[in-house]
Amino acid sequence: MANDHIDLTVEPGEVHALLGENGAGKSTLMNQLYGLLQPDEGEILVDGEARTFRSPRDAIAAGIGMVHQHFMLVPVFTVAENIALGAEKTRAGFLDRRRARREVLEVSARYGLPVDPDAVVENLPVGAQQRVEIVKALTRDVDLLILDEPTAVLTPQETEELLAVMRGLCDAGKSIVFITHKLKEVKAIADRITVIRRGQTVGTASPDTPEDELAALMVGRAVTLEVSKEHAKPGREVLTISGLCVDDDRGVRAVDGVDLEIRAGEVLGIAGVQGNGQTELVEAVMGLREALTGTIKVDNEDLTGMTTKQILRSGIGYVPEDRSLDGVVKEFSVAENLVLDQYDRPPYGNAFRLNPAAIDAAARERVEQFDIRTSSPASAVSTLSGGNQQKVVVAREMSRPLRLFIAAQPTRGVDVGSIEFIHGRIVHERDVGTAVLVVSSELDEVVALADRIAVMYRGRILAIVPPTTPREELGLLMAGITGPQAVAAPGSAPASDAAPGSDAAPGSDAAPGSGSDEKGTK
Amino acid sequence: MTGVSTATVQEAPVTVAPARFMDRQRRLGVGVTLIGLVAAILFGALAPSQTARFTLSEDAEGAALSINGQLGAILFGIIAIAAGSVLLAGLLRKYQTTILVLGILAFVLSFLCWQVAGKFLPLVDTVSGSLELAVPLILGALAGVLGERSGVVNVAIEGQFLMGAFFAALVGTMATSVWAGLFSAALGGVLIAAILAVLAIRFLVDQVVVGIVLNLLALGITGFLYERLMQPDAQSYNEPPKMPEWRIPGLADIPVVGPVLFDTNLLVWLALILVFALHFGLTRSRWGLRTRAVGEHPTAADTVGIRVRGLRYLNVLIGGVIAGAGGAYFTLVSTGSFNKNMTAGAGFIALAALIFGRWTPFGALGAALFFGFAQKLATYLSVAGSPVPSQFLNMLPYLATIVAVAGLVGRVRGPAAAGQPYVKS
Repeated sequence: MANDHIDLTVEPGEVHALLGENGAGKSTLMNQLYGLLQPDEGEILVDGEARTFRSPRDAIAAGIGMVHQHFMLVPVFTVAENIALGAEKTRAGFLDRRRARREVLEVSARYGLPVDPDAVVENLPVGAQQRVEIVKALTRDVDLLILDEPTAVLTPQETEELLAVMRGLCDAGKSIVFITHKLKEVKAIADRITVIRRGQTVGTASPDTPEDELAALMVGRAVTLEVSKEHAKPGREVLTISGLCVDDDRGVRAVDGVDLEIRAGEVLGIAGVQGNGQTELVEAVMGLREALTGTIKVDNEDLTGMTTKQILRSGIGYVPEDRSLDGVVKEFSVAENLVLDQYDRPPYGNAFRLNPAAIDAAARERVEQFDIRTSSPASAVSTLSGGNQQKVVVAREMSRPLRLFIAAQPTRGVDVGSIEFIHGRIVHERDVGTAVLVVSSELDEVVALADRIAVMYRGRILAIVPPTTPREELGLLMAGITGPQAVAAPGSAPASDAAPGSDAAPGSDAAPGSGSDEKGTK
Repeated sequence: MTGVSTATVQEAPVTVAPARFMDRQRRLGVGVTLIGLVAAILFGALAPSQTARFTLSEDAEGAALSINGQLGAILFGIIAIAAGSVLLAGLLRKYQTTILVLGILAFVLSFLCWQVAGKFLPLVDTVSGSLELAVPLILGALAGVLGERSGVVNVAIEGQFLMGAFFAALVGTMATSVWAGLFSAALGGVLIAAILAVLAIRFLVDQVVVGIVLNLLALGITGFLYERLMQPDAQSYNEPPKMPEWRIPGLADIPVVGPVLFDTNLLVWLALILVFALHFGLTRSRWGLRTRAVGEHPTAADTVGIRVRGLRYLNVLIGGVIAGAGGAYFTLVSTGSFNKNMTAGAGFIALAALIFGRWTPFGALGAALFFGFAQKLATYLSVAGSPVPSQFLNMLPYLATIVAVAGLVGRVRGPAAAGQPYVKS
């Protein structure tokens, strides 16, 4: 059961934050409010009147709009077409495009949400797509706007702008339900907070409540908001990437001349807004995507041209960013998923047969070691929660002797308990002398784990900075802005010089000194 | 945010790695140059040095365009080589498609010069014959466009053709009315479409599998009824009246175009009008915008209150009407009676035209005309006693589709959600 007797009241003109962990049932609740799912029990009142929403059509008619976590925009349509869709105005039977454009511009000007009505959505950055989504909801005259995890894809500055827009909407008399698991944003914007845990309302709070109290309410126990770790002791150079260029699926340059090196015993974090080439960079290292130019070396052994199997077996662990697509085979058992990389090797099997006894024994050990909550190693991975599925992936990838460990979005869609655990394992891996690369769109995660932070923007490493760098500055870098206060300004320099150039500043050398013992993950 | 005014935004051009030299245009250039060489050398060498006559009438009489066959084959071959070289040199990138079409056209003309040398080719007959062969393909491909743009793959066009052809013959004969035949042909197409729609949309069965099964079902039913009902008593069940040809005075007197377009039957006009109607419908109307949205991102359409499944049903059923009418063409226009498996794969060529035409009405029209021309030429070659086996030309639609799907002639990107049933999460 995703929602168990939840009560929620939203007043006119307020920002009501719905706070809860991944999988707590926030989105399920809102999908019922938006008519995408039907409640088994209970009722929805709008302005004191009971309403049934059989489809989003009914919800829209009742003045409810929703901006989904995964944008509901048709990629090949223009902005105006997307906004008009479902509420098209026609003239003599044909679409009235001029009127659609005018409406978009009107709403966009009224609420300070700049969008280009003629741009094709798939060419827009995520921040702009989100503005399109908000404009789309506003053109439908909503009184209540639901924003489902809206800040997950934004830079800190874009988040600031979004919060300002939300304020403006409330001043115009709209109510907002703001779904999130980020405490800082809740405290910044919410008028009231409802906390949901395991499908139940566990309390309401005012924004003055301290963060650790909110976190405890959300998780159900006291949580440490920090990753504790020692100073890094960087050793030999393990991963060396030079002059790497990679194209994305559409043939557009995604990684554009990247130079990077990671030493044994350090964590290099890559920060950046999603879609700036991080995915393609990691895929190129893993042999999943062709490197057009450049070299990728691990301990001076060139990986380019090797198959992914060879790369994995040369001592590289890899946690892919999309767990359900690339990380596990959902229909397979936990035990089978744990040996996906070694099923054809003794003791698990050979070229002709598997050894179920060995596989099962190894699985029991891993389940114990990595605290994987499953009824049995024989259960299908699909029956596990997101956090435990991710632990299966991490356990598998850490079961080989490693030289390099790559984790892409290691805690996406994972509950707080599992986040703590996975972060601990990553730091442990670093401490035993593995080179670690962490890619995350959550800036907090990068700051907490990394000994050095490389900021990626439009396929290039803009700068490499210590984790003590102020957030404001990191945010600007993530937006591609290298101001006077930024470490290096490789504006005119060729990209191949950019990374080493910024290195000369408090980059790698400073990491041991400045990598303080504890950093907040607030 | 005060730092923004003094800061610089990174807008460096993306240029570090050089673009690949052998890009799409150059690859196309290689292909066109090669076929040009084949044309100039092979066709040129084989062509007898006799006059090739392309007459403007339906027979050998009257005005004609004449050229020495050998000279023509070499000349057009050289034009194709020139077009290929322009592409290969990376020039005139803006006109890439035009040059490509020019090159292929020159190749076809070179081939014709070789084949027609010492003989004649009646142009009007060729053009109108191509169009006639293309009409069912156009209708079938449009039915496919309707389904796929809304997210339902329809490989049952062949089955819809067969049902349409069968019912047109049966009801047309029994009612002694062409129009009753045409109407029931549409019903036959809708019957298959309805089964496809319910199984694919309601019961989420794999659409390609359903389509193939429906083709076999239609083949079985019509084959059985043909043997049991039509064959024993053809007079009362399988002699439908033929569709009348209407001549529009004035317009029909225009050379070449007149007899082809303005002295013909209703279905030809219907097919051509539908191409325009669907084009404007899909791009300009509310229904079209919603159809495309449902075919690209059904969840997005659902969240703005569009009934995804309803729209898919509607489109597949309208497609059934169109494909059924396409089937009627076989019995009411081409042959005049039904025969077992008489469509002989035309539905699959329509499917090929749909893909080759990149899921657009005008693309489907162009592809269908091209395939129709290939079929017409195949008949001409076998009658003229050409050394080139006519089967080679009959292979052309499939070959062209493989080339198209392999991405050699431009990127082929169908509707993103085609073939995926919509399930609310």
